[in-house]
Amino acid sequence: MSATHRILIVEDSPTMRQLLVFALKRLKGAEMVEAQDGMDGLRKVSSDHFDLALIDINMPVMDGLKLIRLIRGEDNLKEMPIVVITTEGAKEDRERALALGANEYLTKPIQSNRVLQVVRNLLKLE
Amino acid sequence: MSDDRKALFGRADEFMSLFKRGAEFSKELIAENERLRRKVLELEQHQNFAARDDGEWDKLRAELLMRIENLEEERSNALQRLRQLEEENHQFARRYVEVEEENNNLANLYVASFQLHSTLDLSEVVKIVIEIVINLIGAEMFAVYMLDEKTNRLEAVASEGEAAESFPKVPLGSGIIGSSVESGETFCGDPAGSDDYLKPIVCIPLRVQDRPIGALAVYRLLQQKDGFSPLDHELFTLLAGHAATSIFSARLYSQSERKRNTIQGFIDLLTK
Repeated sequence: MSATHRILIVEDSPTMRQLLVFALKRLKGAEMVEAQDGMDGLRKVSSDHFDLALIDINMPVMDGLKLIRLIRGEDNLKEMPIVVITTEGAKEDRERALALGANEYLTKPIQSNRVLQVVRNLLKLE
Repeated sequence: MSDDRKALFGRADEFMSLFKRGAEFSKELIAENERLRRKVLELEQHQNFAARDDGEWDKLRAELLMRIENLEEERSNALQRLRQLEEENHQFARRYVEVEEENNNLANLYVASFQLHSTLDLSEVVKIVIEIVINLIGAEMFAVYMLDEKTNRLEAVASEGEAAESFPKVPLGSGIIGSSVESGETFCGDPAGSDDYLKPIVCIPLRVQDRPIGALAVYRLLQQKDGFSPLDHELFTLLAGHAATSIFSARLYSQSERKRNTIQGFIDLLTK
């Protein structure tokens, strides 16, 4: 069966990646692809189609903000919804990420149902 | 017979047929009119009779009152059932929220437990403990202490928010950290935060059965987190048991690997 929604999870913590995959498995037909840092995420998002990306900010090799900037610089990725999931709870961090093109900004520790709700809204699912 | 005469007779037949149908329809109308007239007469008679007879009015009124009473009872029952359904609906909604929350909590606990037991490498285990404390509990500054069995002191081997060397060595049984490890009791204080390294806001003793392994001391939470949730307490309990077991297993594995390599070295010397 082909996936109805492909979601990219860019997060350096395997624990967080597993938790997000676990939460998003509840979306019927969703397929999750994991990337362990910003560079890995950029490679994957450039070579494949994704309906949404969940991106952490603090990551080795390339951070989440740089990745968002590069994604929004690509014409074919301008409309892809981006959800930031980070430990950075300051107002200016949120504003910076949203100004760069993120659609939603969630802080850790995350609530799985909140992530699910945000993803459902952005993918316009019931 | 000429064609004109034939056409004339044809039109006459048509006219006759039409006339017959009209006559039948008129008869039907007259019959219906008669039937309705009789019905009106009947109703008028019935009305006149009822108007004249008080008993008949009373009977009619009693019937109507009973019908009204029945309808009101039915309405009351329907309203009661509606209220019951609404209450049941609220209960289901509340239960759904509870189940969702429980589901999320179980997912977090499952992932934490799964990750802790996914490796036998001590540095990896410590890294996973740090990930859990940051991502699932939401701590900003904390330290993982290990017990040095030779000196009986707890020493920070990994940390977040401050270098591990900044945290003091704590004798077993001394202060919040030492006492927590010795007694096996988790300490949970004011979540507002602490700058005193000897006074963490949370201290989770890491023990395998009765054997102390170390401790996890949290000093400050992330700014968006304003307190501890029931899930945090579940995670403290999980870390106290599972992190300790994972650390203990990784240490044993590392020791046995070292011994195996030494023995293998001797065997190689003797056999080559």
